[in-house]
Amino acid sequence: MNYSQVTDLYFLEARSRLIDVAAFLDRVERSGGQEDFRLKSFRAALRELTTPGSEKAKKVLMLLSDPTTDPIPQAGGKSACGAWPEFQG
Amino acid sequence: MRYIEPHAHMVSRVTDDYSAMVTAGCRAVCEPAFWAGFDRSSVQGFRDYFCQLTEYEPRRSAQYGLPHYSWLCLNPKEAEDLSLSEEVLALIPSFLDRPNVMGIGEIGLNKNSRNEVSIFEKHVDLAVRHDQMMLIHTPHLEDKWKGTHLIVDILKNHSGVKPGRVIIDHVEEHTVEYVLDAGFWAGITLYPLSKCTSARAIDLVEIYGTQRIWINSACDWGNSDPLAIPKTAILMKRHGHGEEVVDKLIYQNPLQFLSQNPKFHLDEIQV
Repeated sequence: MNYSQVTDLYFLEARSRLIDVAAFLDRVERSGGQEDFRLKSFRAALRELTTPGSEKAKKVLMLLSDPTTDPIPQAGGKSACGAWPEFQG
Repeated sequence: MRYIEPHAHMVSRVTDDYSAMVTAGCRAVCEPAFWAGFDRSSVQGFRDYFCQLTEYEPRRSAQYGLPHYSWLCLNPKEAEDLSLSEEVLALIPSFLDRPNVMGIGEIGLNKNSRNEVSIFEKHVDLAVRHDQMMLIHTPHLEDKWKGTHLIVDILKNHSGVKPGRVIIDHVEEHTVEYVLDAGFWAGITLYPLSKCTSARAIDLVEIYGTQRIWINSACDWGNSDPLAIPKTAILMKRHGHGEEVVDKLIYQNPLQFLSQNPKFHLDEIQV
């Protein structure tokens, strides 16, 4: 697909998701709580979106990933939360 | 359109889903063993589950003319209980000669713990000793990159593993290259929120090609869609991909991989 075809097919969907992200941040900020590692990772990922270069999806995924390589001593639970608790930004 | 659903947890779906899948062109469905949503309390729970996957579910599927295949294992979510894991590992071989069993899966990692790694390695040994193919689950969300690297490295270091007989599932943009470069097959799972959307799956195919890649719905009792493959095929056509490319991705590729097991065929199977 060329530029025009890609934007014709996906722009409205991406626009909708972009507004969802903006509304999510408004909602979080309105709640007045202290931002945790999830929001710190999220904001770092948002900054990545405005950085020139390719592989934005891959870079965003890495900012939301555990980058270490050793197994953890024990699984504390079964669920994933979507961001690495030790992310420092 | 014709397609093979290579990863679906049909025990958690209603029979209407079988009907819809067949209507959409599904020619076979493969069901890896997975976590039930709760921890099973004994090895007998696994025996019952393996009977369900190899006896009851193929009969339910056959009512819609759909061949049903299964993969057997203990899911990494239950690997922290080492003694139960050992009992289940000892049970699996007695089911491997059943006519719809494709191999060991979906094994892998969940939180990347030491016990999960240990039980994963034992599953790999079991598969190698019994000359079984493997279907491998990679972890969710923040744990995926690390887990995928651990899994690939363990497999590469095992002299008995044949990469062409192993599919590493749930790849995304940050893991697909590592899997393909090591010679394994890569599975892309189509989920509405986690894993890949249809558009992102098509991106991966456009970037990395159609060699050693399949797509699947991994539909279960969570947020998932048993018709994700045909819907992605339709979107691929909107991207301008021809019938041949679509057919390769959703039919020929899973057929090529699964046919390495002589039990796999597209006719009705007797159970």
